[in-house]
Amino acid sequence: MLVDPALGAMVVGASAGGIHALRIVLRSLPVDFGAPVFVVQHFPADAVMLLPSLLAAECQLPIEAVVDKAPIKRGHIYFAVPGYHLLIENERTLALSTDELVNWSRPSIDVLFESAARVYREQLVGILLTGGNSDGAAGIGAIKEHGGYTIVQDPTTAEAPAMPTAAINATPVDFVASLEQISALFAHSKGRNNGA
Amino acid sequence: MNAVPDSRREDREIERLIDAILVTHGYDFRHYAEASLRRRILRASDRFGFATIGEIEAKVLTDASFFSRLLSELTVTVSEMFRDPEVYRLLATDVLPVLATYPSIRIWHAGCSTGEEVYSMAILLKEEGLLERSTLYATDINPAALQKARAGVFSASDMQKATTNYQRAGRREAFGNYYSASYGAAVIERELKDRIVFAEHNLATDEVFSEVHLVVCRNVFIYFDKPMQSRALRIFHESLLFKGFLCIGSRESLEFTDYEPHFAEVSHAGRIYQKREVR
Repeated sequence: MLVDPALGAMVVGASAGGIHALRIVLRSLPVDFGAPVFVVQHFPADAVMLLPSLLAAECQLPIEAVVDKAPIKRGHIYFAVPGYHLLIENERTLALSTDELVNWSRPSIDVLFESAARVYREQLVGILLTGGNSDGAAGIGAIKEHGGYTIVQDPTTAEAPAMPTAAINATPVDFVASLEQISALFAHSKGRNNGA
Repeated sequence: MNAVPDSRREDREIERLIDAILVTHGYDFRHYAEASLRRRILRASDRFGFATIGEIEAKVLTDASFFSRLLSELTVTVSEMFRDPEVYRLLATDVLPVLATYPSIRIWHAGCSTGEEVYSMAILLKEEGLLERSTLYATDINPAALQKARAGVFSASDMQKATTNYQRAGRREAFGNYYSASYGAAVIERELKDRIVFAEHNLATDEVFSEVHLVVCRNVFIYFDKPMQSRALRIFHESLLFKGFLCIGSRESLEFTDYEPHFAEVSHAGRIYQKREVR
């Protein structure tokens, strides 16, 4: 398998068509995944956030509420909340900001990916899924630059191809694949490096 | 490309910039949350057309007039009137009835930025018949933001969102009564402004401000590190009267600070707490 569960963290970004795509990818994460997972799905600022509770029923990993300065728990999924950018601090705590929109979005995928790339460096996996804008392209670039592993949904399989296309055009991405192929990476990720 | 050494250089440049700001202008950014401060510094660098953070430092050290513009880039937060309507609903049901039992009411909005939330509070007080005996202290680190807050002139296009928020907060009056529209601007009514005292106050370096019944400090802690959040909480605790209230941002928490035992939770959803005496 290409993706090591002993990695530091995983970040996932999605926009239009993302709810369906996130369900497939996040459901595939096994209970012993071992790394924290941070997710940005674009939503309007005052959206009611039902996605985490929807996915809580389907995912093997527990979903944890995002609170500023909370210590990050391994093997938990965190959803960025509408109206706030989600960032990762050096001491591996969550951080929020209400700074202006980035790529017309708050939360922005770039903001999460770039801050996580700095903290987790080569121990970060970044996944960019379907979307109709170009948020995440700079973030995927930052992850690659810091030595992390980059995965982008094959635009021909994406409900909205603009976002994955922008990332692929900007960065030599490590793995371009369908949702099924991406999910298969994690299906049996029982830690080879347990205890490492 | 050797990205890792590059980002170490960036770390060093940021440290030097923060030191330069401290020694030349007295603003202490050493205890700001690192990740968002870094983003703001990089954004400022872009906006001012600098190639490196080192160039910002050089400008800070050589051009006194530059700093006020940089300060705005580093500190102004974006808000809107009645942001998080549910919080205003809870303030009206859980806090204002208690404040109403005092002959005079003092409220401190710490980190008020451009003033949207303090005007929202003034509207709430007016509708509950408390405005005339209330004084609102609105403080911020940034003089430019305070100037805008004091002027009480917002963009007319923001009033649409404000009206929606106001209604979602369960308010029933005509929101249009609180401002007059002119040439694309919305000017807040004098009556609301008259009860607000605007002042510079820096939570990193200044001390207790006044004796107050309620402190509102929303989405400010997210920009501080833990020691600075604790410092601010100490100041709020000292400023509050016994059983005074504290309201913080909807995604902020006292849980990761030393001050959790000093406050009792009144509303989890509203992030409203009440001062408790710990012996």
